[in-house]
Amino acid sequence: MKGEIYRVAGPVVTITGIKPKMYDVVHVGHEGLMGEVIRIKGDKATVQVYEDTSGIKPGEPVVNTGMSLSVELGPGLLESIYDGIQRPLKVLQEKMGDFIERGVTANGLDREKNWEFKPVLSAGDSVKGGEIIGVVQETENIEHKIMVPPTVSGTVEEIKSGKFKVDETICTLTNGAEISMMQKWPVRKPRPVNKKFIPNRPLITGQRILDGLFPVAKGGTAAIPGPFGSGKTVTQQQLAKWSDTDIVVYIGCGERGNEMADVLNEFPELQDPKTGRPLMERTVLIANTSNMPVAAREASVYTGITIAEYYRDMGYDVSLMADSSSRWAEAMREISSRLEEMPGEEGYPAYLSARLSEFYERAGVVRSLGGEEGSITVIGAVSPPGGDFSEPVTQNTLRIVKVFWALDAKLAQRRHFPSINWLTSYSLYTQGLSDWFTENVAPDWVPLRDNAMDLLQQESELQEIVQLVGSDALPEDQQLILEICRMIREYFLQQNAFHPVDTYCPFDKQYKLLKAISKYSDMAQAALENGVPMKDILSLGSKDELAKIKFEEDFDGALNTVLTKMDKEFAALGGN
Amino acid sequence: MTKEYKTITEIAGPLIFLEKTEPVGYGELVHINLPDGTTKRGQVLDTSADIVAVQVFEGTGGLNEESGVVFTGETIKLPVSKDMLGRILSGSGEPLDGGPRIVPEDRVDVNGASMNPYSRKPPEDFIQTGISTIDGTNTLVRGQKLPIFSGSGLPHNEIALQIARQAKVPGSTEDFAVVFAAMGITNEEAQYFMQDFEKTGALERAVVFLNLADDPAVERIITPRLALTAAEYLAYEHDMHVLVILTDITNYCEALRQMGAAREEVPGRRGYPGYMYTDLASLYERAGVIKGRKGSVTQFSILTMPGDDITHPIPDLSGYITEGQIVVSRELHRKGIYPPINVLPSLSRLMNSGIGDGKTRDDHKAVSDQMYAGYAEGRDLRGLVAIVGKEALSERDQRILEFADLFENRFVRQGRDEDRNIEDTLNVAWDILSELPEALLTRVDNKYIEKYHPAHKSN
Repeated sequence: MKGEIYRVAGPVVTITGIKPKMYDVVHVGHEGLMGEVIRIKGDKATVQVYEDTSGIKPGEPVVNTGMSLSVELGPGLLESIYDGIQRPLKVLQEKMGDFIERGVTANGLDREKNWEFKPVLSAGDSVKGGEIIGVVQETENIEHKIMVPPTVSGTVEEIKSGKFKVDETICTLTNGAEISMMQKWPVRKPRPVNKKFIPNRPLITGQRILDGLFPVAKGGTAAIPGPFGSGKTVTQQQLAKWSDTDIVVYIGCGERGNEMADVLNEFPELQDPKTGRPLMERTVLIANTSNMPVAAREASVYTGITIAEYYRDMGYDVSLMADSSSRWAEAMREISSRLEEMPGEEGYPAYLSARLSEFYERAGVVRSLGGEEGSITVIGAVSPPGGDFSEPVTQNTLRIVKVFWALDAKLAQRRHFPSINWLTSYSLYTQGLSDWFTENVAPDWVPLRDNAMDLLQQESELQEIVQLVGSDALPEDQQLILEICRMIREYFLQQNAFHPVDTYCPFDKQYKLLKAISKYSDMAQAALENGVPMKDILSLGSKDELAKIKFEEDFDGALNTVLTKMDKEFAALGGN
Repeated sequence: MTKEYKTITEIAGPLIFLEKTEPVGYGELVHINLPDGTTKRGQVLDTSADIVAVQVFEGTGGLNEESGVVFTGETIKLPVSKDMLGRILSGSGEPLDGGPRIVPEDRVDVNGASMNPYSRKPPEDFIQTGISTIDGTNTLVRGQKLPIFSGSGLPHNEIALQIARQAKVPGSTEDFAVVFAAMGITNEEAQYFMQDFEKTGALERAVVFLNLADDPAVERIITPRLALTAAEYLAYEHDMHVLVILTDITNYCEALRQMGAAREEVPGRRGYPGYMYTDLASLYERAGVIKGRKGSVTQFSILTMPGDDITHPIPDLSGYITEGQIVVSRELHRKGIYPPINVLPSLSRLMNSGIGDGKTRDDHKAVSDQMYAGYAEGRDLRGLVAIVGKEALSERDQRILEFADLFENRFVRQGRDEDRNIEDTLNVAWDILSELPEALLTRVDNKYIEKYHPAHKSN
């Protein structure tokens, strides 16, 4: 069925002459620009167009595909770099050069590449939606599991083995259904699951303040809000690099082109700490920079989470980073205002909160339809205007997510990185994960951590007094608390993302580092009680050396040297 | 023969509305012939089978329902040529210097297409500006967009000019050019820039677009796009390294707000349009380096923060798009320090890729971090001293307090024509760091202390 354009106003185009369904994908104009139906009224429908509409005229043709916006799922997703509507950027570059022109279509998955398919079922087996029928070695360490599309079931009539292209039939069912390695799924609809569980394992990130003080669970949700320049993107990238998940989906949503270029440049070079293979082999990147069309930016988040769900259904732990969800919300606002909808708070559409919660709700630990257990952890960066956390996107996000990593411009200014404020951040998983920590890190990890948190809290109160009277006026034991807290902040919490050793800190090292600070604290307290003057305790060489051991390649060796020295020095202090 | 329509039904602010036209393309360039014989230009904002809305760049003064409207059938294009160097053009691209029209080598859509992130080369070539607070602590690299956040009455123009004069890539002899776009600045300010360009001979390497305070505000919306189009042309077709100076982004945003209000759009924060982020991104993002091409576009925009408020929507949205910011401080300016750059809120996001061994010097990052930490603490202590007096401070704190003063007076302060190379900048840094006890230099590796600390270096 063909229709025509009635009106063009920026990315919003009104069409007439056809009767599409909501969210159908249509091609508008002579160039066939891709768009999505977002409103229907009488004989007219409103379309948000994913490409630039300059020069498009009323009267140009419109074709309805009859399908809603979908992604292609199958082998070849990993190592890909897509725009917001799953067009591979590399293919776009080959087709149209260094600048993105419009009207170019490109398949999400390479149709030419052959993949070695190994069946795990045989003829006569019965299958239901979501079940695994075979595997493909997608990258060196990731086995891609080919699943029956969720809506298909039946008895296997024939299943092949060998090299196939993604759209070739590899399995037929007795009811006539043909299954290929590729399936399509509409992005706005969550993929169905069998059951959701309460998350109970931590996502290990190698970042001390995150793992140590404010852990997120696998299958959980976290938000990183912060003003510009406070290190959101670096934190997100650190998570993408070091999280102990099988698959990482990184969405650069409305962010800087040069930053994306940096990610695209760096990820293939970096090694996965677990496997030693390039990180890119477990990563899907979605790059929709701030100057790319706003409607595609709106779609990018859905494209990303659908890909994440697909790998989750295979039984993998997936982490998804969205940088930044504020840009996504702004894209919604922009489109909403072009539709002349009644605005909610600060011009955002009234459905902002609903969309955000729908998105974060797609995280979780699940048993898939095929019986596999997988998880999606969603970590969203939020960019509040003026660093003001009371704005709608931050507030609506905080109502949903369980972990809040509050970035603080003040800390960033004094080059305390990661500049996550330890007083305002929180994690609601701390209790639920305690058992795991006790079992897997150390029996005394939880009390050690709680004690550190408690000291930092005391520090903030003491600091207020110091602001008034100066630190020398405090009693000595309180001065010691300030010093211990300075050590916790500088030695433990500060972590240099650009230092080859310090960028990733295993749990064992985190524990030993905190334990060493705690040991100094205990010995200093004892010495103080024995009448050793404060300044002698503070001037111990081992204390200053403790500052630098986190940068040492041979951490354990350096730690032992320092601890031995500490014992000696305290012994020499004596006391009465 | 293109058809002329005389069907204007409404004129509102900078907008005109027409009925009963042939299909008109979105974003098309429009010529409007006034009854007095003059011609104005505009652009289609909204087009449907029934009504077309056009925004008029030169303002709607003198327009009436008798005016004829011609749709050109193409979007706004800028005639570009290498001969643009040395020319002064108006905010809409017409020659202002009495010279001939530009003979185009090409005509390019001013909106530019977005660069494929896959084609971008991560910027990493250090640009030496000769200003310590930039080179030392907020390093600029080729292809970066780094704005100056300033306020009314602060010497941001002088800083921008000093950068335009001094900026270079050490050891490189490649072609460079400056594209300067003035948006709504006063005639006096424009002359100040022009004089300096002429005096230093920079004009022959520059393309100047001038939209002054008394030019129509709507024109300001295309001025930066013309400038960036010219810059991209010189960079990617003629292999030049182009430094684009846009001043003042605040005036641009005011024009954007004015247009939004005229179109009766739902306003966002403080009346600025909800799409201002996307709009600003379409300017700022036109900086960068492309794999396999020689040239680059580096942006150095000037933005005056209304009421010195960094959370105002204009600096705020800019800060989220640009790769850092250089913040000019009223407090330092009052102290008589030039350039009054406050390094604490300043930031260069691409600094780490532009510094270090082989680019600047191996100790660069450590030195920069150490100075940041020291200066931040020193400034905090100043607040404390105001309450408890200097005597109440510990010995350690007093040293840090002194460091903050040294930092401002020796590192930040420099002459208006003083072009410090990076070695000088880092040496000044070590000179003042050496006033601190070595135990406080926790951010610097021992090997750098041994190599560069004045106390160790000499022997």
